[in-house]
Amino acid sequence: MLRSLSAKTLLTAMGVVALSFAATAFQPARAAGEMPTFEIHIRDHKFDPANFEVPADTRMKLVVHNDDPTPEEFESHDLFIEKIIPGGSKGIMYVGPLEAGTYHFFGEFNEATAQGDLIAK
Amino acid sequence: MLATLIIVFREVLEAALIVSIVAAATKGVAGRGRWLGAGILAGLVGASLVAAFASAISNSLEGTGQEIFNASVLFLAVIMLGWHNVWMGSHGRQLATEMKEVGHDVTVGTKPLYALAIVVGAAVMREGSEVVLFLNGIASGGVGNSAMLAGGLLGIAAGGALGFALYFGLLRLSLNMLFRVTGWMILLLAAGMAAQGAKFLVQGGFLPPMGGFMWNTSWLLSESSLIGQTLHTLVGYTARPLPIQAIFYVATLVVIGGLMKIVGDGVSNKAKARNAAAGSVAGD
Repeated sequence: MLRSLSAKTLLTAMGVVALSFAATAFQPARAAGEMPTFEIHIRDHKFDPANFEVPADTRMKLVVHNDDPTPEEFESHDLFIEKIIPGGSKGIMYVGPLEAGTYHFFGEFNEATAQGDLIAK
Repeated sequence: MLATLIIVFREVLEAALIVSIVAAATKGVAGRGRWLGAGILAGLVGASLVAAFASAISNSLEGTGQEIFNASVLFLAVIMLGWHNVWMGSHGRQLATEMKEVGHDVTVGTKPLYALAIVVGAAVMREGSEVVLFLNGIASGGVGNSAMLAGGLLGIAAGGALGFALYFGLLRLSLNMLFRVTGWMILLLAAGMAAQGAKFLVQGGFLPPMGGFMWNTSWLLSESSLIGQTLHTLVGYTARPLPIQAIFYVATLVVIGGLMKIVGDGVSNKAKARNAAAGSVAGD
């Protein structure tokens, strides 16, 4: 079944991928202590704050509190995260390091109102 | 109602595509309907349980329990898909021959069906729990919810219809081609799931991203579009992949693909040896 795709080709591909990482700075999954933390609240299917600045090129922690009784799916294609946050719960996510720019996020279950932007500077 | 339909459709689509590929991959296998049905049923029960305990799961492990849960379910499915493909590598050809000869479903034992039932159950549970949570939120929301619930049901129907379309499309292939094509689809499906699992572990802070996004093709094909999302499920398409995801993706291809090749070669070598011993000149 795999005759056309030899193990050699796959190993070469893996080597290329591995090499490209060697040049990249290794970022910790969760830096101890001083990781910047940002808190967002969901109230009446809206984000508070809906727009906020974060440092660029830094790994950080996002804490989303859902103060509504209904669940919300916190989602961002730009930040590449998705997480269900049940009503009255909070969700913690780790994002970044981000290049400077604007990153849109939204609540998938209430897309009409739940919209926000994160600005990395 | 339309918004509800779209949200539910998106959640159902992924599970529907997975179920249809698995169903096509087991064509002609006796008892597959029972096993896949059991997998779907178990997945639905699991989805309701996950939805019921959503807060507890979400709040566990300092608010990152959901990531560990999702990643675990995905990796379990990856292992089962890999196992199926390796098993097919050693039994597939014989299976196809036998099916053509006997002209009806053949018995293969329960092991491969068991693995695929787990894959189906895991997919239905993961996506289904989000649908249950979402619809439950609507149901408890009050005004105008009957139209929205109707939208949700239509979303499930639409997602299911797309799954059926893929299934019957695959069944048009000849038996040998079908096993070949579904084998490749399952391999890519597994690699995509592994990359998705890695994403959850990064999101939960259990794995480092190992750098920023490798590229950004969201201008070309967004994951929120129908095609983007379908490709995301089928081959693991990601508009902004993280380096760690590429590692998981490639590693899954190499490990499963390598095992398939080793096992497959072993089988054809054995067949060749048998042919040689019998003085046969028949080719491979």
